Amino acid sequence: MWKNHSKLERHSLLLVLGILLVVSVGGLVEIAPLFFLEGTIEKVKGVRPYTPLEQAGRDIYVREGCYVCHSQMIRPLRDEVERYGPYSLAAESMYDHPFQWGSKRTGPDLARVGGKYSDAWHVQHLADPRSVVPESIMPPYAFLAHKDLKVDDIEARLRTLTRVGVPYTEAALKNAEADLLAQVDPTASGASLAKAYGDRVNRRDFDGDPERLTEMDALVAYLQMLGTLVDFRTYEAGAAENLR
Amino acid sequence: MSAPEHPHDSGSVGTTGHEWDGIRELDNPLPRWWLWIFYACIAFAVGYWVLMPAWPGLSGYTKGILGRSDRAEVVEQLARLKTLRGAQNARLAKASLQEIEQDPGLQAHALAVGQSVFGDNCATCHGVGGTGGKGYANLRDDVWLWGGTLDDIHRTLQYGIRSGHPQARFSQMPAFGRDQILTPGQVGDLTEYVVALSGRPANPAAVQRAAPVYAANCVACHGPEGRGDPLQGAPNLTDREWLYGSARKDIQAQIHGGVGGVMPAWTGRLDPETLKALAVYVHANAAGQ
Repeated sequence: MWKNHSKLERHSLLLVLGILLVVSVGGLVEIAPLFFLEGTIEKVKGVRPYTPLEQAGRDIYVREGCYVCHSQMIRPLRDEVERYGPYSLAAESMYDHPFQWGSKRTGPDLARVGGKYSDAWHVQHLADPRSVVPESIMPPYAFLAHKDLKVDDIEARLRTLTRVGVPYTEAALKNAEADLLAQVDPTASGASLAKAYGDRVNRRDFDGDPERLTEMDALVAYLQMLGTLVDFRTYEAGAAENLR
Repeated sequence: MSAPEHPHDSGSVGTTGHEWDGIRELDNPLPRWWLWIFYACIAFAVGYWVLMPAWPGLSGYTKGILGRSDRAEVVEQLARLKTLRGAQNARLAKASLQEIEQDPGLQAHALAVGQSVFGDNCATCHGVGGTGGKGYANLRDDVWLWGGTLDDIHRTLQYGIRSGHPQARFSQMPAFGRDQILTPGQVGDLTEYVVALSGRPANPAAVQRAAPVYAANCVACHGPEGRGDPLQGAPNLTDREWLYGSARKDIQAQIHGGVGGVMPAWTGRLDPETLKALAVYVHANAAGQ
């Protein structure tokens, strides 16, 4: 039997298949079960699909490669919790496609950046990072404030996400564009936005220029929501069902 | 071209029988030290499976004999940290802000806590030294938009300014130009009036024209003499401190578009003892009120 390996070694196709088989064992045993185990994702209140504006901002976040330097996962370690706040839960990225956890931090973790700074700070920092953080090595993204946000394809974007399991309702998809506009315009009724995403959605002009809807609006709206969905006053970190 | 003889191929080691283009594979044994480490790793892995959480199953995973959980560990570590800080924190929690400031030992503790928290949370806007910048208040001087007493600072820290928190400090300067409350000419005249208020040379005709406009629109917050009102966060216009710039174009832009900076509410993000320590720290570093 030990001599049979010469067959594998002499046929490249067989060898490739053999390698694939062996390598996939690790993934099948360690990763695949997580998709089916009930306990993988904690049961928490508050996590919802992103609003159309937040999703548009998230797309910009991904497009600009923010994840290259910023992680979005606070690990369950004392010092991380002390610095950034409660460690990230699986539930908090359940609607992330693709997820933005990351493992390399050139800049700080952003998982709980929402609400930590003012909108004006984010706009100024994105346009000229060193004007507020002198030691920063982040590149400037000033052009975001001059670029109109593309809104006409937002329904299609959200519809695409439903294909991978994000539970947008048909009504939410139909209203996507209107909901997006309502989030940056506090004078709009916003009833359908509140119906689809709850009443804790941040509604205001985010980039300091109410006349225009720019990519800056969307990105800041996304950043200001990060890490704010779960109410940690009601989350019991020590409860048995939340331990991993 | 004939292949050179392998220097170690003295014939004492057999070959595996594999040969390609005259290259033969020697059947050297693996180094013993390597082999033993390899076996030790396998043994370690088996031990690890038994002791630690390891194998996923159909409805959960094997918890391991030690029952270790990263999340339980961090809960425990945070609890230990809390006990460690407990005595001092309890004193911070019990004492009033003024008592903290008067008790040298407690004050030193508050300053140390405050400094570390300031660097992590406040320096991003107010600067590492707290000297601020355009749009972010200088915390080292004696000019305070919303009051500079210990209690004022503490309240601002807790609830923020225009933060959306129900108890946040709030006021809204109208966008006199953009919302067409005043004509562009009136905004220009008012700019001169404000420049004159701060004791700088200004166009006297414009100042005269602006006086009734100021009286009708600005007095309620900035006061008849332009000295401001800390209850409404209205700045004193007669001093040389300008949060958004002292140039005519800066002042004009503020009257045109209205300004209202936002500071986040920190209650909820920082615990009450930390907020007290931070208030003491900020107050101690400012030219006090």
